[in-house]
Amino acid sequence: MSILVNKETKVIVQGFTGKEGSFHAEQCMAYGTKIVGGVTPNKGGTEHLGQPVFNTVKEAVASTGATVSMIFVPPAFVSDAVMEAADAGIELAVIITEGAPVRDMQAAKAYALKHSMKTIGPNCPGIITAEECKIGIMPGMIFKKGNVGLISKSGTLTYEGANQVCREGFGISTAVGIGGDPIIGLSYKQLLPMFEADPETHAIVMIGEIGGDLEIQAAAYIKEHITKPVVAFIAGQTAPKGKRMGHAGAIVSGGAGTAAEKMAALDAAGVKVVVSPADIGKAVAEVLAKR
Amino acid sequence: MNIHEYQAKQIFAKYDVPTPKGLMAESVEQAVENAKVLGGPVWVVKAQIHAGGRGLGGGVKLARSIEEVEKLSREILGMTLITHQTGPEGKLVQKLYIEEGADIKDELYLGVVLDRAREMPVIMASTEGGMAIEDVAHDNPEKIIKVAVDPAIGFQGFHGRELVFGLGITNPDEQKKFISFASKLYKLYIENDAEMIEINPLVKTGNGDFLALDGKMGFDDSALGRHPDIEAMRDISEEDADEREATQYGLSYISLDGEIGCMVNGAGLAMGTMDTINYMGGTPANFLDVGGKANAETVAKGFEIILKNPKVKAIFVNIFGGIVRCDRIANGILEATKLVDVHVPVIVRLDGTNAPEAAEILRNANIANVIAATDLADGAAKAVAAAKQAK
Ligand SMILES: Nc1ncnc2c1ncn2[C@@H]1O[C@H](COP(=O)(O)OP(=O)(O)O)[C@@H](O)[C@H]1O
Ligand SMILES: [Mg+2]
Repeated sequence: MSILVNKETKVIVQGFTGKEGSFHAEQCMAYGTKIVGGVTPNKGGTEHLGQPVFNTVKEAVASTGATVSMIFVPPAFVSDAVMEAADAGIELAVIITEGAPVRDMQAAKAYALKHSMKTIGPNCPGIITAEECKIGIMPGMIFKKGNVGLISKSGTLTYEGANQVCREGFGISTAVGIGGDPIIGLSYKQLLPMFEADPETHAIVMIGEIGGDLEIQAAAYIKEHITKPVVAFIAGQTAPKGKRMGHAGAIVSGGAGTAAEKMAALDAAGVKVVVSPADIGKAVAEVLAKR
Repeated sequence: MNIHEYQAKQIFAKYDVPTPKGLMAESVEQAVENAKVLGGPVWVVKAQIHAGGRGLGGGVKLARSIEEVEKLSREILGMTLITHQTGPEGKLVQKLYIEEGADIKDELYLGVVLDRAREMPVIMASTEGGMAIEDVAHDNPEKIIKVAVDPAIGFQGFHGRELVFGLGITNPDEQKKFISFASKLYKLYIENDAEMIEINPLVKTGNGDFLALDGKMGFDDSALGRHPDIEAMRDISEEDADEREATQYGLSYISLDGEIGCMVNGAGLAMGTMDTINYMGGTPANFLDVGGKANAETVAKGFEIILKNPKVKAIFVNIFGGIVRCDRIANGILEATKLVDVHVPVIVRLDGTNAPEAAEILRNANIANVIAATDLADGAAKAVAAAKQAK
């Protein structure tokens, strides 16, 4: 078991034949992901990486039975691509593209919700179920199979966290990079219950950032509903106020969304909060030893 | 991207959002000329910088004669204005806005920002105009009215009614004027992909008209591509030169006041690295995200920018190579140390794809001040120790 994706999951790629799309689709296939086709308008009927290319997502879904789409189209076309996927009955869209306008994502997400399509991202590394299915741009080899679920706003901290967990002798069930933009798809609050329900997941690592209040919402949810141990790290304790730190979301102003606030809320919810990301692995070992 | 007050007011005017008449000036002569064009009897001379709190800092002053406009313009133009939003170093005033004086009866606040929790724009209004809204939010949160508007339906009558009743505006004529004001502001927020708009104060005049006395606007950088008119309003002189240079090389840099320079891939890991340095008793000198393309050129540029800061006593390069292979990055670092004179110890932690090969490359190169680290904790500890030793 795992959450959302596994070795049976059929995936199409929107922006399949582009430079990024091609490169990463190939890496995903090498990892074992069932990429069953892709969509590039006006290239329908051709083949790419040994898989069929379609003009529309509807055709791709009808012909391949894909339920997940990995989106690599340029920023200005992301909302169109997400809405097309939702319209075609895709169940989960994983949006890798960075730099999509906020207003577009707002509209795209509202439309996705209306069609009960889940989304991950944008501006994220994607999702990986270790040794089964990688949908995104993360280095597959650091994710060894195991019993720790991981949710992270930051790409490289996902790798850092997973790597430490594996070095401690544990492994990852599923890791989800949710992205740090102001508007994102699945967040902690939606993913935590999935990990809670997954028998293969024994502990959860949650990596957050300054800005917004998703981690605060997560803390409230954990307190009420999560019985599995949770380890958390919040990046940006030393970030100056009012400065934007790379991610559009990682900005603190007016005292809301500081690392201190989030850490306190998580701590009060019974989460093991680490001050440095270097301690994530050790903390996981500790909480799993206690079980 | 942020713009000046005078530019925000140009956008307001395009949407019929009422503002006092005003003209921008880049010299004292032009300021005087503008004042004559506007006519009197009262003018306001306003420093144009990308920061609020100008009034308290002495950058907004009332003039009652052309001579006074000249005197005040001479004072304010070229001054370094320090406000609670500029930082202690302040900002050089290079432009003025000469505006007609308004007859202020009441000062209100009106703003539009994205409510991330509800995932839609929220209009914020308050009767406590003229003071820092952060303080109002902190001391009297009930005095801020928040009305979220779903872009799928747009600004409706009920949004307007929630605003005016919330603000206690009872005169039907004033209600109509305020609702019209707010709906136009919402429209221009959406159509221009603004990130935030703040009008503080929005004033009610003696005749019950509403006027935007101030105007601050920020835009979604990701959407600037479809707004060339707004991109054209960019004022480079308002942006940090080092941060700007970094951006041109695909780097994201922010200077801080510590001693350990940081070069990291990914914003999250970059912040996590700063946090770890701090946790171990050191102080980060900067945030630097080299992004996905850490090669010899970008690493060299990164060293150059970090080393411009004389406080830097050590540099911690922390890269988690995913798709980018670590051996390539190691070679990039060696290459960079030839391009730039790196006179402080450089602690290098390379993890991920091909990490052992990378360690081998660094070991063989055997450069005196390049120190290899095994993981994040080890690297941060070595960097903190190196910075302490340099004192
Ligand atoms: N055109 C004007 N007429 C009269 N008073 C003004 C005018 N513009 C600004 N002021 C006064 O100056 C104060 C500060 O100006 P403002 O534009 O809000 O700058 P800041 O917010 O940067 O201090 C305002 O709160 C208002 O009282
Ligand atoms: Mg103001």
